[in-house]
Amino acid sequence: MLGKKRRRKLSSVPEAVTATKRMNLCAAVNDALRITLKKDDSSIVFGEDVAFGGVFRCTSELREQFGRNRVFNTPLSEQGIVGFAIGYAAMNCTAVAEIQFADYIYPAFDQIVNEAAKYRYRSGGMFNVGGLTIRAPCGAVGHGGHYHSQSPEAYFCHTPGLKVVMPRDPIRAKGLLLSSIRDPNPVIFFEPKILYRSVVAEVPVEDYTIPLETAEVVRPGKDVTLIGWGAQVNVLMETAQLAEAKGVSCEVIDLVSLLPWDAETVVESVKRTGKAIVSHEAPITNGFGAEVAATIQEHCFYNLEAPVRRICGFDTPFPLVHEKYYLPNKWRCVEAVFDLVAA
Amino acid sequence: MWRRALRAGLGVRGMATNKKKSPVPPKEVDGKTRFDLRPFDPFLIDSPTPYAYSDQSELLEYFRIMYRMRRMEIAADNLYKGQQIRGFCHLYDGQEAVAVGMDAVLTFEDPLITAYRNHCQMLSRGSNVKEILAELTGRYAGVSKGKGGSMHMYNRKNNYYGGNGIVGAQVPLGAGLAFALKYEKKANIAVTMFGDGAANQGQIAEAINMAVIWKLPILFVCENNQYGMGTSALRASATQDFYKRENYIPGLKMDGMDVLAVREGMKFAKEYAINSGPLYIEMDTYRYHGHSMSDPGVTYRSKDEINDIKKSRDPIDRVKERLIEQSWSTAEDLKAIEKEIKIEVDEAAAFSKVADAPPVETLYHHIYHETFPIRGTLLNNGTRVGFSST
Repeated sequence: MLGKKRRRKLSSVPEAVTATKRMNLCAAVNDALRITLKKDDSSIVFGEDVAFGGVFRCTSELREQFGRNRVFNTPLSEQGIVGFAIGYAAMNCTAVAEIQFADYIYPAFDQIVNEAAKYRYRSGGMFNVGGLTIRAPCGAVGHGGHYHSQSPEAYFCHTPGLKVVMPRDPIRAKGLLLSSIRDPNPVIFFEPKILYRSVVAEVPVEDYTIPLETAEVVRPGKDVTLIGWGAQVNVLMETAQLAEAKGVSCEVIDLVSLLPWDAETVVESVKRTGKAIVSHEAPITNGFGAEVAATIQEHCFYNLEAPVRRICGFDTPFPLVHEKYYLPNKWRCVEAVFDLVAA
Repeated sequence: MWRRALRAGLGVRGMATNKKKSPVPPKEVDGKTRFDLRPFDPFLIDSPTPYAYSDQSELLEYFRIMYRMRRMEIAADNLYKGQQIRGFCHLYDGQEAVAVGMDAVLTFEDPLITAYRNHCQMLSRGSNVKEILAELTGRYAGVSKGKGGSMHMYNRKNNYYGGNGIVGAQVPLGAGLAFALKYEKKANIAVTMFGDGAANQGQIAEAINMAVIWKLPILFVCENNQYGMGTSALRASATQDFYKRENYIPGLKMDGMDVLAVREGMKFAKEYAINSGPLYIEMDTYRYHGHSMSDPGVTYRSKDEINDIKKSRDPIDRVKERLIEQSWSTAEDLKAIEKEIKIEVDEAAAFSKVADAPPVETLYHHIYHETFPIRGTLLNNGTRVGFSST
């Protein structure tokens, strides 16, 4: 993952876009699933209540278009859903399983970590479940409370064999979901549910993919590198604007893929800026930010002008009424930016 | 009402209360001889008749395969004790009739997935003793290139989805395999095996529920060898009738120590699964060894119990007796076959001790489809390529 030199573009949207359509993230996911079902005969889409559109309406009208054999409801049994999906994918088929909330993924933890991730390795390459993609809405939503707001990505980033992806907007959601479904490895695709309806963009109507394992420099800057993924990238963009008003130039990096992750882009940036902040919603201890911070420390130690900071969720269960204090919002992030610049 | 709906939904043919005595079938049919079997125990379906027809060549073949399995497991035991096999190892001796009786009915087009006691299923899916023992000793010539070991053997070509180290985890996978068969409209069935211990796992209930609502062509085969690790099924399970455990899936219990009973039961079951959907099979069987190599197998059961079963129900002796009874073989003939197989297994065991270890770089192969540089390895596989530390 710390691989060959790549020329990085600021944006990975297809260059010769013919037509676009206004879509929110939910519609973009729906569009990616529609393209998959249309182009890949073996693909099936299933999960709790997906047949009538799912709790977030991401699978709306797919059943009407592709039939009950390809888009269907499952019982409320996550371990069974994922096990079933793994078996189907092991037959060289494409399985797109939905776990209704990322918070419900834990009953399937064993199936994901022990079955999906290790099938290729333990069979010496004979079998794999590359056709498996698990979609799960994650993150804060303003009122979700303990069991409808968590960001469990770090648990899965500890598992070689999996890929973990999180988009930050509708354009990335469509392209990255298509990449994830077609990627010959099992992928967990976390969808920040706060963005489902709150972010709208002109999304290309064509079929396109966005490379996994490649971070994106969303905003170039020279003083501080801000690193995040998913909805937090938007918070970091706002942070960068606040900082800019005070004359501090922030570079914002969207990791896009958390496993494997693009350390090269991050290291390159921090060597230039000498300062770094990693930010995520999940609790700070053992969050994926720890991995990023450790890598920066290892590779940029002599370029660093200040300690690497992590601005994250607190080490508490995800709170209900105290969500606004828990979240690493732009004020907490910008405070850290000024701390670092003053250091 | 619900029962009628249930029966209609499952395509169940009739309740097990049908006690009508069928006439005794003829002694010989098409040159094959009738053997009486222990009656089957059905649940929510009619029972297959407790007879099987067989001949000399079939029985000799079953004898050969079962004896090869037995010798292979004994060889594994010795290799383990000689520290050639490290880690975990679960032996199948005592249960051979299950693997062989099933194999007599299933084709390689019927996907099979099982748990960690899987060496003999690997053999019946077209592998050989040499590759299996080499896998156990972690050699590159092993069936999984030495990367899987005892619990992880696979055969893609012959639809063997492997052994599995996590208790019960293979069962929902089996449901997925069956769904693919149904989706592709194939006239085959998926078979997912688990033990009486795993039967208590929640995910078995999840998988059975899904299989029934979607009417998947699948057999849930519970190998009840009486002990889940070191705890008897009597202590671990609220019911001993595993085949009746879920009241919405028909069941069939059979003598898992008799290869002909397993074969006849599986014939019936395969046809049922293709036409009507899932079926819960219980194999009444017994393992001679402990659960794994760290379990001597006699702390929670008596030596007498094991010896009694060996004397009265041993699956290999059962076939031997039938061969001798019918004057199809003499004790000397069978001894000669045993000797021949023993040599084959000894050679395989010798090979497994000296075959090459997997190349060290395979440590980081087969993690992803692509060969990424894998972080954290000491070998120079690209970890630091691309940029240097300051």
